[in-house]
Amino acid sequence: MSEPTGLSLKGRPLPTFQSMAKQALGNSQLRRNLRKATSTIRDKRARVVGEMPDWEELREAGRALKERALRHLDTYLLELEASVRRAGGQVHWARDAEEANAIIARIVEDHGAREVIKVKSLTTDEIRLNSALAVRGIKAIETDLAELIIQLAGEGSSHILVPAIHKNRAEIREIFRRELKVEELTDEPRDLTAAARAHLRRKFLSTPVAISGVNFAVAETGSVCVVESEGNGRMCVTLPQVLISVMGIEKVLPTWQDMEVFLQLLPRSSTAERMNPYTSLWTGMHEGDGPREFHLVLLDNGRTQVLADTVSRQTLNCIRCSACLNICPVYERTGGHAYSSVYPGPIGAILTPQLLGIKQASTLPYASSLCGACYDVCPVKINIPQILIYLRGRVVRQKRLSHRLRERADPEGMVMRVIARTFAMRSRYEQAQKLAQLGQLPLKRGDFIEWLPGELGNWTIMRDLPAVPKQSFRDWWRERQQARRSGEESEA
Amino acid sequence: MSDGTNAREAILGRIREALQDVPASEHPEVVAVERTYLHSGSSERVEVIERFIERVTDYKVKVKRVGVRELPAAIAAACAERGVKRLVAPTDLPPDWAPAQVELLRDDPPLSDAQLDGSDGVLTGCALGIAQTGTIVLDGGSAQGRRVLTLLPDYHLCVINEAQIVELVPEAITRLGDAIRLHHRPLTFVSGPSATSDIELNRVEGVHGPRTLDVLVVS
Repeated sequence: MSEPTGLSLKGRPLPTFQSMAKQALGNSQLRRNLRKATSTIRDKRARVVGEMPDWEELREAGRALKERALRHLDTYLLELEASVRRAGGQVHWARDAEEANAIIARIVEDHGAREVIKVKSLTTDEIRLNSALAVRGIKAIETDLAELIIQLAGEGSSHILVPAIHKNRAEIREIFRRELKVEELTDEPRDLTAAARAHLRRKFLSTPVAISGVNFAVAETGSVCVVESEGNGRMCVTLPQVLISVMGIEKVLPTWQDMEVFLQLLPRSSTAERMNPYTSLWTGMHEGDGPREFHLVLLDNGRTQVLADTVSRQTLNCIRCSACLNICPVYERTGGHAYSSVYPGPIGAILTPQLLGIKQASTLPYASSLCGACYDVCPVKINIPQILIYLRGRVVRQKRLSHRLRERADPEGMVMRVIARTFAMRSRYEQAQKLAQLGQLPLKRGDFIEWLPGELGNWTIMRDLPAVPKQSFRDWWRERQQARRSGEESEA
Repeated sequence: MSDGTNAREAILGRIREALQDVPASEHPEVVAVERTYLHSGSSERVEVIERFIERVTDYKVKVKRVGVRELPAAIAAACAERGVKRLVAPTDLPPDWAPAQVELLRDDPPLSDAQLDGSDGVLTGCALGIAQTGTIVLDGGSAQGRRVLTLLPDYHLCVINEAQIVELVPEAITRLGDAIRLHHRPLTFVSGPSATSDIELNRVEGVHGPRTLDVLVVS
């Protein structure tokens, strides 16, 4: 159904969201799987967030801490670098995907490894690390259950937390039977999980190099944090001799104490648990415990572009919890593949166009009804609807530039100018209302207009237009004021 | 490494250019962070301990309260119930914890991964517990040993003293400050046995870490 998609800055434009969504909406199995999964997790999240008396205060602190870290990103990255080095780790800087992949491949090759184990990491999906390693003859083995499922199925992720959310148990059983060559296997999640455990245990014990992402890194102490459920993360950061962790530069936090905020916000927002089963924190290297070599790769890959825009900088607050995906009415229906990116859902709709450039992903800012639910659930208060609208503005300006249309010849621009003139003056606006009341009569069906002629029909293909009511608010208000005045007069 | 240096300088340069709206004189602490969330709990100790037990139990963990004198018997009973014959123990396991009927695999000299994988379970203490989330934190300190000890065996029996239980997450982070800042200790937060919700978002306990976790709360 879809190729694993990374984010390469030199990529071609993504397919339009509308065309991908249309395809996805035709798949009723997918829609059933998604509806079941997202409604389950939405209810659970509401429950565990509801039991926190200080949730709003935590959200505000999380937002403010991210703002502090981002406004002084250079300072904190240098502090992090120094702390990690002091604790015995090595730090690498990568401008883009290619540079990061080359650094990682070189470390793996230095140790003569042909196989590496991986903890689920969006950042490594973003840079398409697995295929970059494959080109150099290195096999990357995904150890997260869902990542394993889609790796075996040869597909891309459709959810940032549960990449195989689009697959049901029967489909997973077929994949395991075929790829893991397990003959006797039921479709009970317990049995499927046991099959994955047996398959991966040998890999954990024999593979010398592991690659992980990073949830948080503390500048003050150099501590790196991986938050997970299955224990594959613990295996990867503990067992191999060499550990390579890749982090986007925005993941840095100023101090150890700041962890108290994010360790409360993340688990409740993402897996809807009071706490996830396992959180690992390590600080450089530890004599006699864990890897003998630790490398931290700091990745830019478009993030400084996002940082430069003062309106949409807050996009970098994201802690990849996926609450916005689970709550989104658009995501619930189209699924993640429609967004053609490793970052789907509302956060993907704003992050992907900024990382790739607005030209490459110009339809994603429209992948939303602007209902605002994503903003309400965001644990770090990213104002996603505001950024969506802002990016739509950038898309329009970009289109004008690239089509070299003078503003006057652009029909959409013309309509908008007329509307702006109409809305600018009270008398014009009221006249227009009266005209619309009369003009709509042949088109009106009840309270809605279901069909508009000509170019305007583009609107009604997708949705109904509410009809202009018989009495406008302004008329009602005027009548009310008049009635009051005459009431007062008669009292006097 | 010249290329590495270039990348570092280039990224720092891009960041500084991107942050032109931030006055050069602005100190990071000037960016206001209101820490009005709860920093310490207000519940009675009895309630805190009860909540800890209730919330650890929510993760399908078997929790038992025991007196100090009953602890050795409780450890032996748990091992018997779980069919543990070969039990891994950190080097500094308190002597009276060791159950008599069980072969003890002490991590001294360090056990191989294969030995750990072939064992039936592990017995440890912990650094602290968090009531709010039902979490146990391991910091490699007293009676805990290396991280891998509590990772490869399929069964983890963890002993926690009532005095080690705090109410809220921020209290735990404060208490762990020295372990991180002074001793650079690796930390593992454990909330129930390993689990996954990757198949239709159904929670299944027991993936790669220990599939069973038992906790003994000592008063």
